[in-house]
Amino acid sequence: MSTTATSTKPSENLNIVIVGHVDHGKSTLLGRLYADTGSLPDGKLEKVQAICRQQGKEFEYAFLFDAFLEEQEQGITIDTARTFFIWKGRQYIIIDAPGHKEFLKNMISGAARAEAALLLIDALEGVKEQSKKHGYLLSLLGVRQFAVVVNKMDLVGYRQDVFEGIEKEYREFLGQFKAVPAQFIPVSAKLGDNIVSRSGKMAWYTGPTVLDTLSQFKKEAARAEQPLRLAVQDVYKFDARRIIAGRIMAGRLKVGDHLVFSPSNKRANIKSVEAFNIDPPPTEGQAGQSVGVTLDEQIFVERGEVASHQEHLPLVSTAFRANVFWLGKRPLEKGRKYLLRVATKEVDCEVADIHRIIDTMDLAQQQGSGVVQKNQVAELTLRSKAPIALDLSASFESTGRFVLVDEYDIAGGGIVTEQVHDDQEFLREEARRRDFAWVKGEVGIEDRAKQYGHRAAVVVFTGGRHTGKSFLARKLEGRLVADGRHAYLLDGENLRRGLDADLSEEERGQTTEMARRYGEVARLLIDTGLIVVSTTNPFGLAYKEAVQAIRTLVHPAPVIAVHMSKTEEEPPPNTDIVLTGPTDFDAATRRIMEELKKRGVLAQAIGAKPTFQYSI
Amino acid sequence: MKHLRQLEDQSVFILREAYKHFDNLGMLWSMGKDSTVLLWLARKAFFGHVPFPLLHVDTSYKIPAMIEYRDRLAREWRLDLVVGQNKEALAAGMNHTMGRVACCTALKTNGLKQLIEQKGYTGIILGVRADEEGTRAKERYFSPRDKHGDWDFRDQPPELWDQYKTTFPPGTHIRIHPLLDWTEINIWEYIKLENIPFIDLYLDKGDGTRYRSLGCAPCTTPIKSTAKSVDDIIEELRHTTVAERSGRAQDEGRGMEMLRKDGYM
Repeated sequence: MSTTATSTKPSENLNIVIVGHVDHGKSTLLGRLYADTGSLPDGKLEKVQAICRQQGKEFEYAFLFDAFLEEQEQGITIDTARTFFIWKGRQYIIIDAPGHKEFLKNMISGAARAEAALLLIDALEGVKEQSKKHGYLLSLLGVRQFAVVVNKMDLVGYRQDVFEGIEKEYREFLGQFKAVPAQFIPVSAKLGDNIVSRSGKMAWYTGPTVLDTLSQFKKEAARAEQPLRLAVQDVYKFDARRIIAGRIMAGRLKVGDHLVFSPSNKRANIKSVEAFNIDPPPTEGQAGQSVGVTLDEQIFVERGEVASHQEHLPLVSTAFRANVFWLGKRPLEKGRKYLLRVATKEVDCEVADIHRIIDTMDLAQQQGSGVVQKNQVAELTLRSKAPIALDLSASFESTGRFVLVDEYDIAGGGIVTEQVHDDQEFLREEARRRDFAWVKGEVGIEDRAKQYGHRAAVVVFTGGRHTGKSFLARKLEGRLVADGRHAYLLDGENLRRGLDADLSEEERGQTTEMARRYGEVARLLIDTGLIVVSTTNPFGLAYKEAVQAIRTLVHPAPVIAVHMSKTEEEPPPNTDIVLTGPTDFDAATRRIMEELKKRGVLAQAIGAKPTFQYSI
Repeated sequence: MKHLRQLEDQSVFILREAYKHFDNLGMLWSMGKDSTVLLWLARKAFFGHVPFPLLHVDTSYKIPAMIEYRDRLAREWRLDLVVGQNKEALAAGMNHTMGRVACCTALKTNGLKQLIEQKGYTGIILGVRADEEGTRAKERYFSPRDKHGDWDFRDQPPELWDQYKTTFPPGTHIRIHPLLDWTEINIWEYIKLENIPFIDLYLDKGDGTRYRSLGCAPCTTPIKSTAKSVDDIIEELRHTTVAERSGRAQDEGRGMEMLRKDGYM
């Protein structure tokens, strides 16, 4: 790509996106910027001017830019493209999003990659629909550095009151979602006022030009000063080292730091920071870096967990409220399942509620709907299948935003605005506090797993009375022990007369406390390395509630849930195996054994590329 | 140097995402400066290891020094090197005199497609950069190709923040571009910073010429240059007004657009 030699090519890049309502002067602004900074190939300006004369048209900078673009693009002007210009030791990469039909998808892809933005408003037309939508989306996408360029000032006689009217109206709009532009700049791109050089026609404006504003945009936000967030990307064991790899999304870490992984609540100290071809090896890392650390203890963590320091933990929840923009080919629907991706975590989720479609023309408007159409923005509540670590987007960028995948495609994105309290919150908090204070012996859970030839897990049977749960549970326990595994049938009845003896009749009639105690006992047995086989018999028909409590309390140990019923009925959420009608108990046992293998309980799947890892 | 580490961090993140999501990955290595930097970044990402094969689509017309360099690094860095070749086309006498687009399509694009099909790769990592030429400026980091290897640049998936398209219907495969944000200068700055071994064809060895971009011998011509070191190259690039690929015949006319739509790298 050729550039004139007026400036030398620097090393630093800054990604800029230019947005705004159609015809508010994007191409003209770019044409001006490229021409006035001497960034066009030699003779280009004269050539386009000559063509205009020939065709009897008035020369416009927009033609110049379009001609320049065409040359660079070799004819394709469909998707987000990038052009470059250089100014004062920095290369500006202009992410351009031409094409009207798919504009929003491209605008969003472009802006999500941008470090700063210019938003154009036509002085004659004022604040239009797209001006508002783009302003809102920039904020949603996390582009905090932006300036508003009020163009075509020449068409309103360079009047200060017109400029100030637009500034006031637009500032008010942006203020509703706390977006603050770096600058409002009155310009005429056509005549070159306040683009590269200061305008003589608007002496009342004393702020920077467009080019000055670009120079003032900073390369990087101060994420290193925030509390630590490191999303585990992968765990490598290519050699003797077991390296937890990931990108530091906020904050810093150093050798010796005590890390807490959420949502598993596992903890360990950083033994080393690993790197290739860096001498001496690093001992610390900070926001933005892709790092690898080893830990002083062999705890098993997997992709999707978020490491932080204990003083500043992320939220852990299965439900949250969010603002989402939708780009999917089919509309987003309430009750439908999507894949949720937050940082490196992927989990199934459901749209629990669509609160309203956000009308970007008037944010106060309430507009209810059962679906969110393509290119709409909405407020939703999402509910995930398993607990995830996240943050509010107001406090953390990377762990406060997410995408939704519909079938194979990223179909929407959004930011977390509020945690929604779920019924497991108290138990989750209990588990977290208990795990942090857990006193460990010399024998780790991994040592036990190695000795026993399997990992700890819970197999839980749910269902109504007389469905064969107890029988199958006994059979499974027998089979596991016969195979040399360490398994134990934990029957709730055995807690009733002993551990639960202090409970009143009334408390024994309710599930809450009984399930909590059962879950804590199961948690203890898990720590001994056992495969705990359990029926939910003591809880009667409240098995759904009970199994959820057990899950929360033994988390992150794997729970294999088996539901048994005489006729078809809906099993509790996250059930792995459903057995309906007369049961072939041998076949059922085999199926459960298979599931245990699949989940990595019986077969250790640790190698160069671990697929499933956990412990307590 | 800080900007190079930022580029490195982003590329390493992309490489690790690729490795996590695709079981059958391969990385294209043409032994040129870009794909060698890419290979180096893989060693960074995986702490000295390269956990997937390096693929070289051999047109048989490469400059011999490139093959020597390839085999030496493969040995020293213990690389899993896979060499593919469109033997049928070569047997039928394909060469650049039969038309450059035809020759590139047969020996490179189809050579690559054959290799992908034979080995069942679901993801190919390659070192294209957005600033090289127009069509590459439109690429995504994770860019899907259909069953025939074709690229539909009119309907590309959105890429939001660090979330890339990693799920696909069966039959498609993905091209992964960790170097998209790098410029030619960045490549050389990084080679210097990390002291990465490169082929000396990129340097002037006394006759006042050097290669700026390496391809097949018949279709790549050296440029006039007296750059004898990496520093010289960087200095030269800061002031040049000549396009990087000006010595590459395939870029003439709309050659690149036609080639890339059909699955050229």
